[in-house]
Amino acid sequence: MKAVKFILIGILFGIILYKSEAASWYRIYEMFQFRSFHMYGMIGTALATAIIIVQIIKRKQIKDSNGMQIAFQAKDKSITRYLVGGTIFGLGWALSGACPGPMFALIGSGYWTLGIVLIFAILGTWIYGLLRHKLPH
Amino acid sequence: MLLEYIKQPWPWYISGPLIALVMYLLLKQGKDFGMSNNLRTMCTLLGAGKSSSFFRFDWKTQSWNLLVVLGTAIGGFVAHYFLSDGSAAQINAKSVADLKELGIIDHLQGYLPESIFIFNGTWSQFLILSISGLLIGFGTRYAGGCSSGHAISGLSNFQLPSLIAVIGFFLGGIIMVHFLFPIIFA
Repeated sequence: MKAVKFILIGILFGIILYKSEAASWYRIYEMFQFRSFHMYGMIGTALATAIIIVQIIKRKQIKDSNGMQIAFQAKDKSITRYLVGGTIFGLGWALSGACPGPMFALIGSGYWTLGIVLIFAILGTWIYGLLRHKLPH
Repeated sequence: MLLEYIKQPWPWYISGPLIALVMYLLLKQGKDFGMSNNLRTMCTLLGAGKSSSFFRFDWKTQSWNLLVVLGTAIGGFVAHYFLSDGSAAQINAKSVADLKELGIIDHLQGYLPESIFIFNGTWSQFLILSISGLLIGFGTRYAGGCSSGHAISGLSNFQLPSLIAVIGFFLGGIIMVHFLFPIIFA
């Protein structure tokens, strides 16, 4: 069953986010103060490993489980949307200490107030959808 | 004995490559690693398609994404109740001192400061939680991704837009902790 596979991948991801302390509000605070190597080491090794994985997939033309070649989409070129959107997200990330992945891991671990953050994150995405045509991209 | 080891906080050089493994597992399923897409799918499920074409798509094509975050919540539950020794993240002592001075904590405990995340019914706390949510939801969709979609997926594919987004993440984060925290928690 495909559904079971996705849930299992999610469980693995949730455990990693929690055990790595990436889900800890304190780690995010400390990261934005540039006072510890922990988060940088983690993001850095994740990125280094991911770069190797992407290169191997591209060079060996590895296929996915459906037999389709794994493709990578180029992101649309722009500066405004990434810089402004990124900064807005960064403000929220530092205040709540949670990005969209850890948010769910924390709800699962029993911090239900993250549910409030989630409800308003859904609302924030909705507001973006409504204003999209009026925003510079 | 292995369980004892797992129960300790994991070092960054173990966690980092494991996150890349999650990206690989999703790619092998023909999917992209990016968590914030869920928020858009949830909007569609809640009927946002009536108000904006941005949400007019068949949510079933994205249901895999909802299954991943369902798993992520289960993973958080399992890690918290069965794979942890309950220790708080041992962050830099200066950061702890700053948090005490801001009145956010009186001692380091758990994963989150109780003054913000254990609900006490005050408006100030509700505003912090709701505004941070709005910023996350709006910002991540405007930027077209979050920490996973840009900092890991995008950067590993050498996407310049993702680098700009990550610079934005840090700009926002630095503004928040250095300039806004002293105002918000005054």
